[in-house]
Amino acid sequence: MNDQRPDPDRLLERVRKEDTQRQRGRLKIFFGACAGVGKTFAMLSAAHGLKAQGVDVVVGVAETHGRVDTAGLLTGLEVLPLKAVEYQGRQLTEFDLDRTLARKPETVIVDELAHSNLPGSRHAKRWQDVEELLDAGIGVYTTVNVQHLETLNDVVGQITGIRVWETIPDTVFDRADEVTVVDLPPDELLQRLKEGKVYVSEQIERAAQNFFRKGNLIALRELALRRTADRVDAQMREYREDRSIRSVWQAKERLLVCVGPGPDGGRLVRGAARFAANLRADWIAIYVETPRLQRLSGNDRDRILRTLQLARDLGAETVTMGGSHVAATLLSYARSRNVSKLVVGRTSRPLWRRFATSVAEQLSLMAPEVGVYVVGYEPDVHGAGGSSGLAQERRVIAGGRRHNSTRGYVVAVAACAGTTALAMLLANRVSLTNIAMLYLLSVMLVAFRYRRGPAVLSAVLAVLAFDFFLVPPKLSFSVSDAQYVITFVVMLAMALVISNLAHNLRYQARVATLRERRARSLYEAARELSGAVQTEQIVEIARRNIQGVFQAETAVLLPDRAERIVDSSPAGEASNAPRTDTAVAQWVFDHQQPAGCGTDTLAASAFYYLPLKAPIRSRGVLALAPRNPRLVFVPEQHRLLETFASQIALALERVHFVRVAQEALMKIESERLRNSLLSAISHDLRTPLTALVGLTSTLAGGTELPEHSRRELAQAAADEAMRMSSLVANLLDMARLQAEGVQLNRQWHVLEEIAGSALRALSKSLAGRDVRVSLDAGLPLIYVDGVLIERVLYNLVENAVKYARAGSSIRIAGWIREGELAVSVEDDGPGLPPGMLESVFDKFTRGQRESSTSGVGLGLAICKTIIQAHDGRIWAENARGGGARFIFTLPLLEPPEVPEQFDAGVDGAPGGK
Amino acid sequence: MTASQRVVILVEDEKQIRKFLRTSLESEGFTVYAADGGRQGLVEAATRKPDLLILDLGLPDVDGVDVIRDLRAWSDVPIIVLSARTGEAAKIDALDAGADDYLTKPFGVGELLARIRVVLRRFSTLPGDCDRGDFRFGSVHVDFHKRRVFRAGAEIHLTATEYRLLGMLIRNAGKVLTHRQLLREVWGPAHIESSHYLRTYMAHLRQKLESDPARPKHLITETGVGYRLVVE
Repeated sequence: MNDQRPDPDRLLERVRKEDTQRQRGRLKIFFGACAGVGKTFAMLSAAHGLKAQGVDVVVGVAETHGRVDTAGLLTGLEVLPLKAVEYQGRQLTEFDLDRTLARKPETVIVDELAHSNLPGSRHAKRWQDVEELLDAGIGVYTTVNVQHLETLNDVVGQITGIRVWETIPDTVFDRADEVTVVDLPPDELLQRLKEGKVYVSEQIERAAQNFFRKGNLIALRELALRRTADRVDAQMREYREDRSIRSVWQAKERLLVCVGPGPDGGRLVRGAARFAANLRADWIAIYVETPRLQRLSGNDRDRILRTLQLARDLGAETVTMGGSHVAATLLSYARSRNVSKLVVGRTSRPLWRRFATSVAEQLSLMAPEVGVYVVGYEPDVHGAGGSSGLAQERRVIAGGRRHNSTRGYVVAVAACAGTTALAMLLANRVSLTNIAMLYLLSVMLVAFRYRRGPAVLSAVLAVLAFDFFLVPPKLSFSVSDAQYVITFVVMLAMALVISNLAHNLRYQARVATLRERRARSLYEAARELSGAVQTEQIVEIARRNIQGVFQAETAVLLPDRAERIVDSSPAGEASNAPRTDTAVAQWVFDHQQPAGCGTDTLAASAFYYLPLKAPIRSRGVLALAPRNPRLVFVPEQHRLLETFASQIALALERVHFVRVAQEALMKIESERLRNSLLSAISHDLRTPLTALVGLTSTLAGGTELPEHSRRELAQAAADEAMRMSSLVANLLDMARLQAEGVQLNRQWHVLEEIAGSALRALSKSLAGRDVRVSLDAGLPLIYVDGVLIERVLYNLVENAVKYARAGSSIRIAGWIREGELAVSVEDDGPGLPPGMLESVFDKFTRGQRESSTSGVGLGLAICKTIIQAHDGRIWAENARGGGARFIFTLPLLEPPEVPEQFDAGVDGAPGGK
Repeated sequence: MTASQRVVILVEDEKQIRKFLRTSLESEGFTVYAADGGRQGLVEAATRKPDLLILDLGLPDVDGVDVIRDLRAWSDVPIIVLSARTGEAAKIDALDAGADDYLTKPFGVGELLARIRVVLRRFSTLPGDCDRGDFRFGSVHVDFHKRRVFRAGAEIHLTATEYRLLGMLIRNAGKVLTHRQLLREVWGPAHIESSHYLRTYMAHLRQKLESDPARPKHLITETGVGYRLVVE
């Protein structure tokens, strides 16, 4: 039963694949064996077919190479203009990706998928442009020659002797929705070539005669057809799986390819890719870095990085691990990932090391159950040029090293001379065996302190000196006793072993120091980040730490609320410092992929952009302009950088959620406030309304009411209405002050006048009250908004009227204290309960809860808002007599002159005051 | 001239306000023509020979201030405007454009009738009246011929500016004068923004003429708008 069941994982994967394909644009590849078979012609003909069906098809780029019949096919199609690019002073054109994305056709023609874009373009390769088009849901028609397929590239190179450098990963080809083979028999192609119908690019013109040989053409044609057949086969298998025809339920194979420092890593990876494709297996490229490998020159390490990058492009998962023993590390990883097959390269080893077991042999000894496949190497695969360049570079590095350790050789010679001098002194008293020990000691010390070179030199010198000066016959290199040969050999061996050991030890120590430094910097950054509560702090911490560890200009770019990256780097920075590119950062943020220098995307940029990926989503972009790229891109540093990035992203996310939580809390708080306002308002509005409705309906209905009752009722209704009017006025004021902020119409005012008009406005409710106003004589003009300050006095006095007993007095006073104008309003009421002195100015607070005294308690809140807008203060206190006392202050400014010249012609006595 | 012959045009778009105003005005003996928009109001004003126009500033069709300007181009009929509480600027514009008085909503009918009385009296007795011999309000007596001012029989010394200011208020007794109007008349057009001159001199006048300057009975501040001399 079970064996009829398709693998659920595979089904899921297919569903996922179909899902992404539905949104993705469709990719159709016109595939040919070589140039000249008519791919572009076929593609453009197909485009006309699409157009006839009503599909919105445009030409992004089409290489007609001046062929008339092909160019003729462009008429009738919309051709997008190419982008002009200036490169090394020359005006060149390039496919315009952004224009096409903006135009968003259903299908776009993009010729020559394997084309390499000019430096400075967004992507290094055109196939990456096409990927972005497909991601954007745009269908693409394109052309590919068989020699441009990455895994076939070296095979074609071997057949034709010509290597092309523009390649596309096989995954792009395999994921194409349709592949149409454009086929032409070799004879016809040769005929076309003779007629000059085939475009031959300048680079291969010289080799063209070789290339277009019939044998080559047949081989290429076979390759193209076979590759297509493989694809059809895979499709067929997929189809059968779909229909559950497959009867064997098989666990998925996993392949592990071990990348080493050898020059043919690319070949190994390509081979593994083909192998994995044939097995339909997932594959992983792993690089195990041993201490020995860490000693490699930067150039070699760069090559390893490139090899890993190639593997990633070919669809592999890539892993870098540290370990002292390659085979053991490989196996433990292989077991943890359930790997069934290991692929290793055969290494070319010097004769003297062939006795040691190779990695492949170790692997098969340690894990007989795992299949180990060894890929052969191709001697000198890269041609003489590349190799000589490499050698040159090695020599340069070696030269530098020699220079650095000159001191070691000097010390070696000096030590030998010193020892010899000492030995000469002791020669008569001490036996030769012990003198040999002295030499041994000096060799050991030199070996311990310096590299192998000085150690060997010191050993050789020691042997020679020992022989020449001490071993009889003295002052001659001839040796009378053969057993001294043993002394020589031992001394030499000692020197080598110790220098090796010491060197390894020093190296380990250095590695440990580096590791410790990395761990410490990470730990410190993590500790600082965990304490950060604001985004700005995080940015600052990130900049400081990363700048230190990676020696790179660092910027953290964050998105705004609309998910647009904003340039946050301080404007005042040195103008020669490189600037981050917001557009690139945006791309990185949107696609969650690194870009900039060191990557395939926009590699010309000075910065390396890394998305700050947090568990929920991207939080920003980290940009580095490394002074020394190796400090950023060697695996362990890059891992450290990634850890940094995820730490920063986590911190940003944490701060984000803290803010979200705070906002939610504030929202709840304001919601609560709004509710209490609503209930207070509804109470205060309903009470007078109820009275009004009752009073007026009594008036309307009761015709038999006596005249004086009618008057009373009408007056009561009018009073209620006025009460409501003042309440509504307060509400409107508060709403206006809060909505617009307080906008002051400041003028020079006289306090007395403001107090006067406030009291006048309150004259009705003040009837029967004793109001005393005592303003100090000579109060200066105040620069205030008269209407609003009147409102403050009005509210304070009204408040006093509300709470003080009928018939009690209300006192208003004004005086100057400490450069301020102070105004107080005091009543004889019950005063404020302790603890209310502050809160009385909050909205919706009243002295007595649910009392019959109306007013939502907005009056004092309005006062506070207005006074604060005037840079004054307002507070409440209980007067000694027991009543409440409200005091506000206003700053005093230098009042303007009021000229007296208008009084020049006085025709009465001068103004007496 | 009896009140029954007086014609009032009421321009107000709110039906309920129109209704109670019409009722109370008619019960006072006015003939009321109501309009619910500014254009219709202007038509009524041109055809009915009104003695008074009551105009709401917040009209649906045209700006009330524009109605005043249009009207003032050919008529000096007294105008009382009705406005919302916070519309100080609109009140000032209306007064500067030529309105005679204003009332802030909500208002009582008694208040409105009092304003109407003042406006109509001023209008019927306006020409040349300021030249009459003397003027009294409260305990203050101004003798124009001798240019002397008395309070409760005792002579008060006023500076020239104070006297000019007081004269301006007396000539427009009962009417609201905006800061601009007062400043232009008393200090000249160059000083219409110097409202602190006005406030300072107004305070001086109150000190000299009011019994309690902090609670004036006659020299009344119309907050944010201007001043008014209340006679009775």
